Amino acid sequence: MADDRIKEKLEILADAAKYDVSCSSSGSDRKNKKGGLGNTGAGICHTYTEDGRCVSLLKILLTNHCIFDCAYCVSRRSNDIKRAAFTVQEVVDLTINFYRRNYIEGLFLSSGIFKNADYTMERLVLIAKKLRQEHNFNGYIHLKTIPGASDDLLNEAGLYADRLSVNLEIPTETGLKLLAPEKNRKDMDVPMDYLKNQIIRTKEEKKIFRSTPKFAPAGQSTQMIIGASGESDMHIMKTADHYYTEYNLKRVYYSGYIPISNDKRLPGLGSDVPVIRENRLYQSDWLLRFYGFKRDEIVNERHPNLDLDIDPKLGWALRNLDQFPVDINRAPYESIVRVPGIGVTSAKKIVAARRFGALRMEHLQKIGISANKVRYFISCQGFVPLMSDRPAEMIKHYILAASHTKYKKVFNQQLTLF
Amino acid sequence: MQQRTTLSYDGSWVGLLTAIFEVYEYKFDAASIQQMAQADQGDLFGARHEVHTDHAKAERVKKGVINRVGKKDFQELYAAYLSELQGVEDLILRLVRNYLAPDGVGLSQNYGHEDVLRIKQINKSVSRERHRFKAFVRFRKLSDELFFAKIDPDFNILPLIIPHFRDRYADQSWVIYDIKRDYGAYYNQSEVVEIHLSDLPSEREIMERGEDKEALYDELWRRYFRSTNITERKNTKLHLQHVPKRYWKYLNEKFDL
Repeated sequence: MADDRIKEKLEILADAAKYDVSCSSSGSDRKNKKGGLGNTGAGICHTYTEDGRCVSLLKILLTNHCIFDCAYCVSRRSNDIKRAAFTVQEVVDLTINFYRRNYIEGLFLSSGIFKNADYTMERLVLIAKKLRQEHNFNGYIHLKTIPGASDDLLNEAGLYADRLSVNLEIPTETGLKLLAPEKNRKDMDVPMDYLKNQIIRTKEEKKIFRSTPKFAPAGQSTQMIIGASGESDMHIMKTADHYYTEYNLKRVYYSGYIPISNDKRLPGLGSDVPVIRENRLYQSDWLLRFYGFKRDEIVNERHPNLDLDIDPKLGWALRNLDQFPVDINRAPYESIVRVPGIGVTSAKKIVAARRFGALRMEHLQKIGISANKVRYFISCQGFVPLMSDRPAEMIKHYILAASHTKYKKVFNQQLTLF
Repeated sequence: MQQRTTLSYDGSWVGLLTAIFEVYEYKFDAASIQQMAQADQGDLFGARHEVHTDHAKAERVKKGVINRVGKKDFQELYAAYLSELQGVEDLILRLVRNYLAPDGVGLSQNYGHEDVLRIKQINKSVSRERHRFKAFVRFRKLSDELFFAKIDPDFNILPLIIPHFRDRYADQSWVIYDIKRDYGAYYNQSEVVEIHLSDLPSEREIMERGEDKEALYDELWRRYFRSTNITERKNTKLHLQHVPKRYWKYLNEKFDL
């Protein structure tokens, strides 16, 4: 009987938590202490759902009861759904037992707001505390930070959790006002600011006292729903940029809006999830974080939205053909990594390998670089780029004709709508 | 033309390193290394040489290679050996000879070199599977507090994942058993020992020996797996790319409820 209830609760509260996209478990370096249980840092995806997303953490809500009524959220107060709540001990037992069987890397715990922010946050913190102190659990813990919770609770959360996150929900303030009138951006900024300062302070203290306890070692992250409130990609990336720089966020996640109601303010039921747009935003995020691009090279007033049919790096290259061809055997790493079709790993291999002799096209192919894209943008031993005097549109056409995008099927479905 | 010598070794890593040492010791210019079990496929007209595994000789090869190209590249040779691919011994031999040659320093970074590229590719495959099995091992808790898992990897990756499981599950006894190669690792909360089970428990026996709550957690995990899926985003191709079908047989979340 009790077993049946826990099965039902798990289904309800996992289902309600699945819209939180972060599943990262690699940013921390917690070691297994005193022969206890678990460690972090391996970044393991233990399985993948049928939608292809990684399952690394036990991702659940403590409860889906909520006092708020945000239009985009499945747990909103006015939605007529089954409600459930775990006890603190149930979440602890599930986490430990899943972990010991090597199902998960740890716990991602979020919650609807019941009663008030402090009441909810207190329970989240209590679970993390029990895991760490009573079970000597050193696996990964990601806690949702509830806006409005007191500093004391936030501080305690940081001592037990590896990562904390506040959801920005909607990329623009006007969108947030429209869809979640009871929330405002400032309430979200306050805990982020507090945590940022605590993280910095802990790092400083650690330089003096090595025994300083860890404080959210995997930092803070956030997520935004995209495609729910009509914002442009430039708006989204501006917001992301702002939070990366002002709040030292580790990651900004994007969650393509999945239609869950017939609310007039939102895309209706049955409209497509903007999967490709979401992917283009992540690609842009990578270009900014690992490839040395500036935001306004990717989106600006003249190109406020990312191309859906080509990736943002190719888009940039086609708008800046004057920067090509890049000489693979002479150009600095920074230019090579900007060539469409060459990633960070390949660029590093090129720079390492060319010391042994001039590289030719066949060397690049053996390294794992596909000629389809790069042949328009590079020169190397025995090779001059194709069509370097042709307009960008034509190059784009040739590249698309020769490539098999993994989104082709999805695309065709979308195109038939028009 | 020089006569070709086929060296046969016992199949162990130390044995392979001994064989490489003896290629130098006996100045075999044209040499090929094979496991004893396969040695009868050797060159009909070539000479044969049987290698007796010798730790001191193996150690000298190890030191020599590490001195030249570093620990990481030595580890790459070991991972390639674990791939058990046909002819991998000769690839390792060629690479060691190249690394130990006068211009061998730093050679392991030459991605334009055919053998270097090949060993990187093999390492990528082995490393991918090593990482997968950190993820895909599924323990069942037996009534005697032992956590038991069977694996069936393409490559012999068990030695590569032991440190990970030893660190992570320091406070529980566990067995990870490779059914294809019929050997396993048993951790008794202080050290890991190699074991061979004369008769391996079947899935049913394991379930029957399971602890009271085993069936519950097994089912909870399968329900969780189903509930966390977003049907509107279904992407079977991506799913299969990450969880290839050949791994399903020990992934309980892929069993029907």
